[in-house]
Amino acid sequence: MWMDIRLPIGILFAILGCILVAYGLIGDHSIYRQSLGININLIWGAGLLVFGLGMFLLGKRGMRPDTQNEPEPAASSPDR
Amino acid sequence: MTGIDWLILLLYFMFVLGIGVALKGRTKTSTDFFLAGRAIPAWVCGLAFLSANLGAQEVIGMGASGAKYGIATSHFYWIGAIPAMVFVGIFMMPFYYGSRARSVPEYLRLRFDEKTRSLNAISFAVMTIFSSGISMYAMAKLIQTLHIFDAPFHSIGISAQWIFHIGILTSAVVVLVYIFLGGLTSAIYNEVLQFFLIVAGFLPLTWLGLKNLGGWTGLKARLDPSFTHSWAGMAHASTNRLGVDWFGLVMGLGFVLSFGYWCTDFLVVQRAMAAKSMGAARRTPLIGAFPKMLFPFLVIVPGIIAVALPAAPATEISGSVLRTPERGIIPYKIDATTGAPVIDKNGVPQLDYDLAIPSMLLHYFPSGMLGLGITALLASFMSGMAGNVTAFNTVWTYDIYQSYLRPDASDQHYLWMGRAATVFGIALSIGAAYMANRFNNIMDMLQLVFAFVNAPLFATFLLGMFWKRTSGHGAFSGLIAGTAAAVLHHAFTLPRAAGSGIKGGWLAVLHTYPSDMAQNFWTAIWAWSTCFLITIIVSLLTKAPEENKLVGLVYSLTARAKEESLAWYLKPASLAIVVLAGTVLLNFIFW
Repeated sequence: MWMDIRLPIGILFAILGCILVAYGLIGDHSIYRQSLGININLIWGAGLLVFGLGMFLLGKRGMRPDTQNEPEPAASSPDR
Repeated sequence: MTGIDWLILLLYFMFVLGIGVALKGRTKTSTDFFLAGRAIPAWVCGLAFLSANLGAQEVIGMGASGAKYGIATSHFYWIGAIPAMVFVGIFMMPFYYGSRARSVPEYLRLRFDEKTRSLNAISFAVMTIFSSGISMYAMAKLIQTLHIFDAPFHSIGISAQWIFHIGILTSAVVVLVYIFLGGLTSAIYNEVLQFFLIVAGFLPLTWLGLKNLGGWTGLKARLDPSFTHSWAGMAHASTNRLGVDWFGLVMGLGFVLSFGYWCTDFLVVQRAMAAKSMGAARRTPLIGAFPKMLFPFLVIVPGIIAVALPAAPATEISGSVLRTPERGIIPYKIDATTGAPVIDKNGVPQLDYDLAIPSMLLHYFPSGMLGLGITALLASFMSGMAGNVTAFNTVWTYDIYQSYLRPDASDQHYLWMGRAATVFGIALSIGAAYMANRFNNIMDMLQLVFAFVNAPLFATFLLGMFWKRTSGHGAFSGLIAGTAAAVLHHAFTLPRAAGSGIKGGWLAVLHTYPSDMAQNFWTAIWAWSTCFLITIIVSLLTKAPEENKLVGLVYSLTARAKEESLAWYLKPASLAIVVLAGTVLLNFIFW
């Protein structure tokens, strides 16, 4: 794989997570009446941040040269 | 929408385009462009397999059907998509991937003949343009109806009527840029990104909605039992919301339509063909089946919640919605010319079910999450569109242009043609988007198109892959007869409470079905059976194909691939068993 797709996904979700967490912390809290009083930005943002970091780390590991060729014996051609 | 929502949307656009730009230098040959270099890992292909189908008909259509029919909509997954995805992974992928065909029509040429391929290639190309146009249209229409972008556009002096055109143009340009640059790899990578965004944007809806109503039991208490049972009442068409009996459901939807789509539609099969090995290709639909099995909770349940909630104040959706129904938060369907709610034959105002999911987003999500939800919605439209565009440019270039117009050009020329096809494919989709304006329920119309074109197709593949006697003439005449049977069936039958015309019965009304859905399912059953019979009869009357040319294309003439030494959880068969067991369980839980 040329570029591990987990890297951009990880970065995007980490940024989205940070934005939502920050907004959940400093933004106007009266808007959460809409979401049943739950600070959904803070909670979900934290979730996205954790997911993003996880994906980023997995992607990093996937890009390391020693794991580039994962043990996948499946690359055999079909027996004819 | 406030500043933070725009920021999230902008970030999404930056990443989507960035992936295209990053892959630009890597797209050097036509194989890179059309088949992603056959180098993609199984899990990426699997999520793309799912995401390519996650267009307008999925998110908006399934939410709408959830609101209309309840949890019975999950039949589209639990007896529809999942068994078909398992079948294509276990039984059909060895021939698709093993034959090294570059597209589904090309497989048909290898297995049958040139005319069968061209029939499939041309009808498929038309269908992708149509579907991509519908996705674009649905997105632009939605943006316009929700009035979420009115204020910012107004502030820069653009009137609200232009939002529809700007919506179509923006989505077209973004998809164009990232496919033009990175081809199928770019489309697949973006589909994976879009998959996660769609889950991230919609999952909190189900969570907040169920929490609000007191969980599934709370939801059940607020609705007629027909909303919350998928099988109870299926014995007869009059005792369930779909208006279908169990036989029509299982055969029409479960067998013919779903297998026709998931097993033969190049739009999804292309994602598996891009996999890096036979094992990865076979795992692609199976990996996709796991999230697919749970999708009803993401797209159908919010639709059901939308009808169960207490009515929203009229101002909540938009200024143009004057009245809202007594229960639920779905607004009335508004006639664009009169501005009054659309009324059915009995004088009952109709709900705009396509707004079920968007209404839920606006109902529960404050600024911040709203941006994420809207982004998820746009991501779903774009991934559906991109799936069609990449399938179109491949079929056009390999199966039409290279086969009939310019057979011996250089690889660079076909790469160039692929990019050109991306441009005019999207231009044609824009035309289709403006045409789509005429039809009401996106999903019903797509079902109709699939019934005509796809339903006979699965009979052809089934016979082609598993009966070596099937001949090219047999396949071709079977397909023509199957599609003709679908058209004739539609011409002579009508759903109850519908007038002759687009709904059917345009030659004469010989039979009336209890619902649109029943008619669609039976159209498919007729098409499939006709194709199946005619293919067998004509094959037996014509010369048998030479067996040595069918090696690798037909089950009985292909040596079984040696079971790779994989861990048990990577073996296609074990994945299939787990996903089927899970699906059976879900059917029982929501019986």
